Amino acid sequence: MKEKEIILKVEDVSKQYRLGLIGTGTLGDDLKRFWYKIRGKEDPFLKVGDSSDRNKSATSDYVWALRNIDFDVNKGEVLGIIGKNGAGKSTLLKILSRITLPTKGQIKTKGRIASLLEVGTGFHPELTGLENIYLNGAILGMTKVEIQEKEDDIVEFSGCKMYIDTPVKRYSSGMRVRLAFAVAAFLEPDILVIDEVLAVGDAEFQKKAIGKMQDISKGEGRTVLFVSHNMASVKTLCTKAIVLEHGSIVFSGGTDEAVSYYLKGGAEIENAKDFGEDYEKEEFNLQNISVYNSGSKVKDIIKESLDIEVKTELFVKSNTPENLHITYHMTNELGDAMFSFSNYKTDAPLKKGENKLLCKIPAKFLQSGQYFLSLIVVKDKKHAAFVERDIISFTVVDSSRDIGEYMGREPGYIRPNFNWSIADD
Amino acid sequence: MSTNLKAKQDDNWLYTISAKRKLIDFNFKEIWQYRDLLVLFVKRDVITVYKQTILGPLWYLIQPLFTALTFTLIFNKVANIETGAVPPFLFNLAGISIWNYFKSCLTSTSNTFSGNAGIFSKVYFPRIISPLSSVISNLLRFLIQLLVFIIFYIYYYINGAAISINEFIFIFPLLIILMAFQGLGLGMIISSMVTKYRDVKFLLNFGVQLLMYVSAVMYPLALMREKLPQFAWLVNYNPLAYIIEATRFVLLNEGSFSLRGLAYTSLITVVIFFIGLIIFNKTEKTFIDTV
Repeated sequence: MKEKEIILKVEDVSKQYRLGLIGTGTLGDDLKRFWYKIRGKEDPFLKVGDSSDRNKSATSDYVWALRNIDFDVNKGEVLGIIGKNGAGKSTLLKILSRITLPTKGQIKTKGRIASLLEVGTGFHPELTGLENIYLNGAILGMTKVEIQEKEDDIVEFSGCKMYIDTPVKRYSSGMRVRLAFAVAAFLEPDILVIDEVLAVGDAEFQKKAIGKMQDISKGEGRTVLFVSHNMASVKTLCTKAIVLEHGSIVFSGGTDEAVSYYLKGGAEIENAKDFGEDYEKEEFNLQNISVYNSGSKVKDIIKESLDIEVKTELFVKSNTPENLHITYHMTNELGDAMFSFSNYKTDAPLKKGENKLLCKIPAKFLQSGQYFLSLIVVKDKKHAAFVERDIISFTVVDSSRDIGEYMGREPGYIRPNFNWSIADD
Repeated sequence: MSTNLKAKQDDNWLYTISAKRKLIDFNFKEIWQYRDLLVLFVKRDVITVYKQTILGPLWYLIQPLFTALTFTLIFNKVANIETGAVPPFLFNLAGISIWNYFKSCLTSTSNTFSGNAGIFSKVYFPRIISPLSSVISNLLRFLIQLLVFIIFYIYYYINGAAISINEFIFIFPLLIILMAFQGLGLGMIISSMVTKYRDVKFLLNFGVQLLMYVSAVMYPLALMREKLPQFAWLVNYNPLAYIIEATRFVLLNEGSFSLRGLAYTSLITVVIFFIGLIIFNKTEKTFIDTV
């Protein structure tokens, strides 16, 4: 195999932050640090510090946002960096783009790194669009000549030609973002760092931006570090990926493996739930609810391309089970009700004793996203014998249905696969 | 990987980001690469300061002129400070112009980190570009003020005031540079302290005010030595006072000047500048964590 050229080498990088306020205590710590330093000893605060887990309470004033990060990037590779909020992605990018230094370790690079951490940096509201293109371009490390060569392309790409001589303060926020992205898109660093820019602009501009990024990362053989929450775009764009958790790398390898590792590790996914004594009611005991793809295990991630089954296990004690039925209300992650479904007047009524009811949501019906089910057990068709909101939640992910064409989320809550044909009249 | 190849690879790293730092670690090649940014920053500062004002760049002139006028009325007419053969207004205008240059360099440089936190937290470029650009844009402002000074100079000259330029006029550019570097150096020290301790900001506000009084802006050095000999050391050892006095000496041929003083001031300036540079260099790498 041909030896690949390593362009970026991250060696044992750690970053420590101070928790809480910077105030009078800081001066004390500073003095202590200085006192150790002049005696030639190691910084005493490097030995302490918690790993970065927001949910735990802190045991010391210092926290490790990153701990012992090690990876290499070869030339032309697109590395995906995935992780939940607070996993250390942004800190890592900040160190890579030289905004701050690591507390320990080092990073070696053979190329210029430029970042799209947040577009539009340094825009001055009083300057015109064109003046800002030059200013922003220079801030991002372009020379005047470089910008001059690309000026027309940038203006064209931004779609702000008409307003190019108007001060940026009169721009709508969307236009500002377009202009800013346009400048950044024409950067030509050896290593490009992209963070979450997918989330900007309207659908049309998003498509344009994504197309551009694909060009950058695929066509031009550029090295890209790509951070996103959108697993579909990570899957399409990246050649390998690392998963960060609490400031450490927990997985490193192929993109597909990394994405499923990440999705499985997500604590929000609660595809199955057993219910105990609290759910033993007068007329029934609720035992278990689980959601999974047909033919898959409960622990697996739920894909939108396969049937989704909702299984309800209920032990009915009542002697008149025909008076009971169950209804689910489905809400999306924003809490909007989407629809309800019920076993009333279906082929699966409740019987006395053990019940295992299965409801099948057809494949290619739900959008990717997180969903919540609320359970209502209805008695005599009118009053609720049992209600629990958001009794279970599950996350549906995009499969390869149309990856590569449009990675943003289509509008709407459901995405049914209707029947299309050619009319023959 | 063979060790040979490894060694070869290790050699051509473009740069290393590491926790270890050198005392002064400026990559001049890199700063040179960003020269266009410097120019654009200067342009931005000059263009945008007086946007949406009616008088626009006239504000550059109004402020020193009115300050000089006020000083003339208070210090010369009311308090009777003698300015020798030189018209008091011209005496004050010279002092204020050069003092203002120092002051604006100091205040804008000391604002480098806290004022640019937004940009600095997102993009990397050599941070020194930022204070350098304000020193240059302030220089342009100073030159405009100098032009006004020259106009008044000619006016007074035509009206028969006994003023003349000293033969040491050729050191005037040096005086300006010394002033700029003192403002820059002091500003860099303060800017670094402000990132951690905001107290310094308050100190700066009235500190500059007090500094003006001990910097011989509105009185000749000799007057201080004569009237308040016990405090004269404050002014004698103040490099700013020396530069201001020397400025008036070369422009108006009034006051005192010595090469020993010039050497002393230059030395202090270099020291301040390098201390500023070291502290700035140390701060720029991680200030974003504390700002």
